[in-house]
Amino acid sequence: MSRTEVGLDEGRQEMQPRAGTSGIEALREMGAVLRIPHLSEEVESVPTDDDTMIINMGPQHPSTHGVLRVMMELQGEKVLRAKPVIGYLHTGMEKTGEDLTYLQGPTNVTRMDYVSPMFNELVFAMAVEALLELEMPPRATWIRMLMCELNRISSQALWLATNGMDLGAISMMIYGIRERELVLAFFEKCSGLRMNHNYIRPGGVAADLPDGWRDDVMHILDVMPGRLDEYDTLLTGQPIFQERTQDVGVITADECIALGITGPTLRSTGVEWDLRRHMPYLYYDQVDFDVIVGRYGDTFDRYAIRLNEIRESIRIVHQILDLMPAGDYRAQDKKVTPPPRGRIDESMEALIHHFKIFTEGFKVPEGEVYVAVESPRGELGCYLVSDGSAKPYRLHIRGPSFVNLQALPHMMRNGLIADAVAIISTLDPVMGEVDR
Amino acid sequence: MATEAESAAEPTESEGEPLIHGSPSELGRAGQLVVHPDRDSYLAVVRALRDDGYRMCVDLCGVDYLLKPDRPLPAGVRPERFEVVVNLLALDGRRRARLRLQVPVDDLTAPSLFELHPGTEAMEREAYDMFGILFAGHPDLSRILMPDDWEGHPLRKDYGIGRIPVQFKGNPRPR
Repeated sequence: MSRTEVGLDEGRQEMQPRAGTSGIEALREMGAVLRIPHLSEEVESVPTDDDTMIINMGPQHPSTHGVLRVMMELQGEKVLRAKPVIGYLHTGMEKTGEDLTYLQGPTNVTRMDYVSPMFNELVFAMAVEALLELEMPPRATWIRMLMCELNRISSQALWLATNGMDLGAISMMIYGIRERELVLAFFEKCSGLRMNHNYIRPGGVAADLPDGWRDDVMHILDVMPGRLDEYDTLLTGQPIFQERTQDVGVITADECIALGITGPTLRSTGVEWDLRRHMPYLYYDQVDFDVIVGRYGDTFDRYAIRLNEIRESIRIVHQILDLMPAGDYRAQDKKVTPPPRGRIDESMEALIHHFKIFTEGFKVPEGEVYVAVESPRGELGCYLVSDGSAKPYRLHIRGPSFVNLQALPHMMRNGLIADAVAIISTLDPVMGEVDR
Repeated sequence: MATEAESAAEPTESEGEPLIHGSPSELGRAGQLVVHPDRDSYLAVVRALRDDGYRMCVDLCGVDYLLKPDRPLPAGVRPERFEVVVNLLALDGRRRARLRLQVPVDDLTAPSLFELHPGTEAMEREAYDMFGILFAGHPDLSRILMPDDWEGHPLRKDYGIGRIPVQFKGNPRPR
């Protein structure tokens, strides 16, 4: 059956003038599909194309957090329709992933959401381990939790920085990046890299925590609460900031669920949904923390949720410090784990074993699995299909930013251009993850 | 009412495979529920599952099984080259369900889930862009990641790596 027979016409990515857009597509771009279900396909009091103007924001606009391009139909200052156009950072990482072994895989997926790379590595490693049916030693799991919670702190701090700058609080940019630097310095000490760590791998983590790690983590935990209180002074209680964020970009719980939106955006509408709490992975069922929930679903709620999630992460990391056991930092499964470095010098078999694992990789049993974790942006999923060889047959990453971007037309509709900047920022899209 | 809805989602044990809303199902790896609807029952199964509490569609992607035609599937499901994989989530019951829809290569169409889950709009565009699967009823089926004028669908298994023509032939050589 050809494309025309099923009534499908390949459209264009770009937003077209009203004359060239019809029916449900125009309604979708106006967000009317969700907001006004009783409306017919004809919308009353339609402005003509002469009244309106379509402008591009991005892909090089500084407030679009990368290479997001939003086409907006404007009537004066008012946004009538909006359409995100993506793909400017598409590098075919899912295709690349099919050509890398399971041990090389984390180097690829870690580059997707470059603001929170640990979560990408974690979800990939957990998917591979689910297929291998591999049990993690406790220390490896606690190290993973420690790294992820620290990464959540740094990711939310960077969001506070960019969001502050988008709304005119330029000094916030410097403060947020200063806080992120604390965490990145610790990551560098552990993994050797500030970003794209390749630290969490199938079978455990790359290396044990370095000497003195407790002091480094305690330093972060000691410094952060005071800094967060400074943010409260700088932003939370500030009338200008409240004016810019309250009642801006409102979305309801039903709209979020219909659009598949997760993370702080879903929680801001009052839905208590956090995979760490409700579908626990790692050892999140053994630590005590609160799920921060908003009420009004506006930009201010999302700001407050992210700010307080840093506080909850600090709480979790304190507990991890108490609970961290001694033991192996990777599973002692000979098929997956390379032999220790010391044995390679004295044992021919260990050398061969090491060589085989790093050249051929290890084989993963046939099957398919979907694993999800709660990243700072929402549900980060990995759908992995294995054909029994040493490379994934299909690797699909469900990026929360990719799905959350669909809320843009709904949240921007009938808002101002100035609010559009706040709304792009409040969704916290990371374009590396959107385009993959 | 809630118990009624939950009992409907429970697999009804029959002679062979357990059926969920008339479609064969299995427990996949890591105990994950997988349903195998056919294209005629696809929308009805998703709608019934949504009434059972699977209110959120978290993920939709395509898979090209060109190199793996004889994969294990429950009895009664004919393997085809393409699959559309849908991951559903029930927030209240904290459950997940996965649908695997077989799409033959000579009729590359699948019904669109847009009416049931508007959030699949971008995901179906991605599946179309990467695999060429056409979604009937989608409001705006266009490429999403690749440029509009791109030829071919990159994630297909017969789409080789490095097949992009050299774009800057006239460039001067490096000195």
